[in-house]
Amino acid sequence: MSDAPLLDVRQLHAWYGESHVLHGVDLDIREGETVTLLGRNGAGKTTTLRAIMGILRRREGVIRLRGQDLIGVPLHRTAKAGLGYVPEERGIFASLSVEENLTLPPKVAEGGMSVDEIYRLFPNLHERRTSQGTKLSGGEQQMLAIARILRTGVKVLLLDEPTEGLAPVIVQRIGEVLVELKRQGMTILLVEQNFRFAKKVADRFYLMEDGRMVDSFPGHELDARMDQLHDVLGV
Amino acid sequence: MSTIFGVPAPALFGQLLIGLINGSFYAMLSLGLAVIFGLLRVINFAHGALYMLGAFTAYLLLTFTGIGYWPALIVAPLLVGVVAVVIERVMLSRLYGLDPLYGLLLTFGLALIIEGAFRYWFGAAGKPYAPPPLLTGGVNLGFMFLPIYRGWVVVASLAVCLGTWLLIEKTKLGSYLRAATENATLVQAFGVNVPRLLTLTYGFGAALAGLAGVLAAPVYQVSPLMGSNLIIIVFAVVVVGGMGSILGAIVTGYLLGVLEGLTKVFYPQGSSIVIFVVMAVVLLVRPAGLFGREA
Repeated sequence: MSDAPLLDVRQLHAWYGESHVLHGVDLDIREGETVTLLGRNGAGKTTTLRAIMGILRRREGVIRLRGQDLIGVPLHRTAKAGLGYVPEERGIFASLSVEENLTLPPKVAEGGMSVDEIYRLFPNLHERRTSQGTKLSGGEQQMLAIARILRTGVKVLLLDEPTEGLAPVIVQRIGEVLVELKRQGMTILLVEQNFRFAKKVADRFYLMEDGRMVDSFPGHELDARMDQLHDVLGV
Repeated sequence: MSTIFGVPAPALFGQLLIGLINGSFYAMLSLGLAVIFGLLRVINFAHGALYMLGAFTAYLLLTFTGIGYWPALIVAPLLVGVVAVVIERVMLSRLYGLDPLYGLLLTFGLALIIEGAFRYWFGAAGKPYAPPPLLTGGVNLGFMFLPIYRGWVVVASLAVCLGTWLLIEKTKLGSYLRAATENATLVQAFGVNVPRLLTLTYGFGAALAGLAGVLAAPVYQVSPLMGSNLIIIVFAVVVVGGMGSILGAIVTGYLLGVLEGLTKVFYPQGSSIVIFVVMAVVLLVRPAGLFGREA
């Protein structure tokens, strides 16, 4: 792990139309790190991911990936720079089969998993590879949404609430997958409401409020900070 | 002479064939419209003008350069496709993200300009375009006389429709198109150059119209208004089939063509409105169209 951050975000502002939603977000992630964004609904976590990815186009500030500034990069070149995105709504395509969904994102770098390796990691997807993408269960759709990014060879994963609405056994399975990805050196920026899940995978936490970062602490301090978090998150 | 339901058989089959021919053009044109609408959300009112442009290209190639039908089948769609790519890059692409009405207005205006210009240059009268020697004449099938060129049109359009369907449903490029139709932003975030996909799709849909125009040149006369006569019916076909549905556009195109032909036999007065009656009924019963997904 080198000291220079792999992904470095400075003073990121973003707007939905006229409404100013990110007010100078600072965040950095070192290579191989898993960092989790915490915050209430509406604090700007999903917006931060969308602004980094460039889906939200009205943005200002600095987003540097391996030193390359992404602010002026068109959306279809962001993946090539090395960012992979798994949206909260999963974004599985109904008009594509499971396998077509899996192979849809173009490869952007060497070192991605092969389709066979992915099927070994997610046997369910192999069984259902000819089904319509949206006929999968919620958990399987989440697996597919993650799996299709693994094929592309990106080194940084932006993962938006992967456990939302899923059964505990599926959540556990996704946790195992993330641990495996970390072991392989993937850098992960995770938005997550489920503390117990996040604790298992996160090296560091950021706490967001009203479109800015208000705190940051290492993963092992999570338990000690539970009172503060309950306070801020209102849970 | 044998009769079927009190109608002489040759008359019935003759109208069926005409219906099938018309259906071939409805299918090819509505297919292009459906592909364009699906991905770009643009109701392409210029489609009839692009079809006319295809027919005129064939006519002008033959008249001024002596280039015949077969090369025209390739050259005209390419040229129409290039014109469409320019239209998309220069004008249409500026309207994405705005109300779809703007795209409709732009393409409607373009259709008027293109058709007006051709009327100015060539007059409103139709110009004959002879079928190539290989496809002239006809065969007696026993129950009817089949002009070979008309048989060719049906076969060619079926092949074009099948080919397009395979391209969209079975290839990688087609999977990009289907996915981008559902969620273009996400597909672009995966690294697919969606703006280029939009341009190519508009060019492809227009090239289909251009190809239909060349095929139509020997059947109907080549005239500046040939497209505007057809386009309203083609829109009805798209609506009946389900906006944006590829298969719906193809199947509905042929079905409505045949239905129109049959109506000419059994109730000639109704033949010019039967398609619109079907459209009204379908919209009442299944607003998303026969093959459309309910939103």
